[in-house]
Amino acid sequence: MSDLRDLYQEVVLEHGKNPRNLRPMEDATAELQGYNPLCGDKILLYVRTEGDLVKDISFEGAGCAISMASASLLSETMVGKTKAEVDVVFESFHSMLTGSPDQPIDSEKLGKLAVFGGVCEYPMRVKCASLSWHTLKAILNDREDVVTTE
Amino acid sequence: MGKPIGVKESHRRQGAGASRVLDIDHVRADFPILKVTPYDRPLVYLDNAATTQKPQRVIDRLVRYYTEENANIHRGVHFLSGRATVAYEAVRDRAQHFIGANAREEIVFVRGTTEAVNLVAQSYARPRLSPGDEILVTGMEHHSNIVPWQMVCEATGAKLQHVPLNDAGEAPLQEFERRLGPRTRFVAVVYVSNALGSVNPVREMVTLARDKGIPTLVDGAQAAAHMPVDVSALGADFYAFSSHKLYGPTGVGVLYGRRELLEEMVPYQGGGEMISSVSFEETSYAQVPHKFEAGTPNIAGVIGLGAAIEYVSEIGLDVIGRHEADLLEYATARMSSVEGLRIFGTAANKASIVSFTVEDIHPHDMGTILDREGIAIRTGHHCAQPVMERFGVPATARASLAMYNSREEIDALVDGLGQVKGLFR
Repeated sequence: MSDLRDLYQEVVLEHGKNPRNLRPMEDATAELQGYNPLCGDKILLYVRTEGDLVKDISFEGAGCAISMASASLLSETMVGKTKAEVDVVFESFHSMLTGSPDQPIDSEKLGKLAVFGGVCEYPMRVKCASLSWHTLKAILNDREDVVTTE
Repeated sequence: MGKPIGVKESHRRQGAGASRVLDIDHVRADFPILKVTPYDRPLVYLDNAATTQKPQRVIDRLVRYYTEENANIHRGVHFLSGRATVAYEAVRDRAQHFIGANAREEIVFVRGTTEAVNLVAQSYARPRLSPGDEILVTGMEHHSNIVPWQMVCEATGAKLQHVPLNDAGEAPLQEFERRLGPRTRFVAVVYVSNALGSVNPVREMVTLARDKGIPTLVDGAQAAAHMPVDVSALGADFYAFSSHKLYGPTGVGVLYGRRELLEEMVPYQGGGEMISSVSFEETSYAQVPHKFEAGTPNIAGVIGLGAAIEYVSEIGLDVIGRHEADLLEYATARMSSVEGLRIFGTAANKASIVSFTVEDIHPHDMGTILDREGIAIRTGHHCAQPVMERFGVPATARASLAMYNSREEIDALVDGLGQVKGLFR
C-alpha cells in the first residue's frame, strides 16, 4: 500500500498552503480558464510570452492542495522555457501522472516536479495535478475556450 | 412467526410500551459488502446519499431472476415470460402500498428520480406553460430538479423561481408562500436536501400550492430510505424516488402520479409497450402506466427493487428513521467537537446527512486521506451548486448515514479527521 506521504510530500503541502504566483497579471499576453467539472475546481491562468519564450506565469483560483501546488510549481518552473521545451516537460509530467508506479521518473526533465510522482497511485487525483498543465498547453496552442479536464 | 429481521424489542422504561429498535449487528450481517476491507481497513461507508449498499436478499433476488425467470415481459406466451411478468407487476403493487398510492396504475417505473422529473417536466408541464408563467423550486434542489425545469422554461418562455435558503439551510414556509404567485403554474420541491440534510416542510408546501390549484412534484430521492411516506396524505400530484438509494439496484426508480393527471399527459417516449395499436397513419397509446414505459424496462432492476422494499418494510422505516436520527445526533455532537470543523445545514428538521468543512483544508484532500483509512465520504458540490454558492464554498465533505451505520463508524470518521488535520498542520 502506498503511503499518503507519497501523494502529500512536504513540497506539495507547502506549495498547496502558500502557492507562488497566485496573482492576476496586468500585462499578460494570454489568459485562460481551466475547469474540472468533476470537482468544480477552477483556475485562471495568465501567461506573458515574448515570441516563443514564456516570460511570466501566474494564476488565480482555489482548489485542493494537489491542484494548487501543481499550478504553483508550474508557474515557477516553466518561466524561461520555449514552447517546445514546455511541450517536452508536459509530456514527461503527464506520463508520470498516468503511468504505472513502477515506471522510473525522468528527474532530469522534471526536476522539482518529481514531487508529483505519487499521484499515479491515486487515479482519482490525476486531474487535480494536470489541470493547470492542460490550461498552459492550451494557451500556448492559442486556444481561447475554457479548458476542461473532461 | 418470529419477530421481523433486524429488529429487537426493547423496554426502555418500566410501564412504557415496547418500542422496536434496530438490531445493528443483524442488519450489518445482511450487507455482504460491509466485509470488504479497503487498504486492509474495515470499510466505513458513509456515502449513502450517493447510493446505498445492497442487502443479500436483493442480490439473491437478482440472481434468482436471471437464473430462473429471465424473459421479456407482457408479450410472450411462454412459461418464462409469464413468470417474469408476474414478478415485475407484483412490484407495482408493492410500490403502491409502500408509498400509499390509491391505485397500481399510478406507479410508473422509470430509470430513477432524474428521469421521473424529466418525464413530468416534458409530458405534464411543457404543453401547459406559456411565456411569463412560473415554476417554483427551493434553493436546496439537486441539479436534477433544476435543469429539467430550465429546459422546459427555455422551450416555453416560462421562468424558474426559487425560494432562497436561510443561514440554517432551510427554505422558510413564509418565503415559499410569498413566491407562490398568480403566474405560478408548477411547484417542484425536494423532500430532503442531498447537500445539507434539511427536510423541507413538503406537506405544508403542497397544501399551500393545492389551495391555489397549482400542481406539485416532490423529489423523494433522499427521503425514501429514511422516513415513511404516504403520498395520499401528502397530497402531492407527483412523487419520485430511486431504487438505488433505497438499498435496491441502480437504473430503476418510481414515478407516482395522480391517475387523472397521468391520463391527461402525453407520452414521454415512443416505442414498444406504450402503444395499443400502431399503423403508419395512426397510433393509439396504451393505458397508464404502460403509456410511460416505452421499450423493454429494467425488469431485473424492478424485481430487485421489490426485494428492497420488502426488506426495508420488514425492518420498518420508523425503526430505521429512529436509528438514523440517533446516529445523526451523535455524529453532529462528535463532529462539532473537532476544532475548525464547520457544519453546513443546521435545519431544525434534518435527516441523515452531515455536510462539513475543516479549516481551509480542501474537501478532496480530506476525502483522499479518509479513503486510505477505509472511510468513504463524498466530497465536492454534490450536484447542488446553488447550495454551495449560497454558503460561499466551492465544495464540502459529506457524511451520509444509512441503517447499517454505527456509532463506532462515526468515531472512526472523527479519528480520521484528526489524521487529516495532522497531515495539513
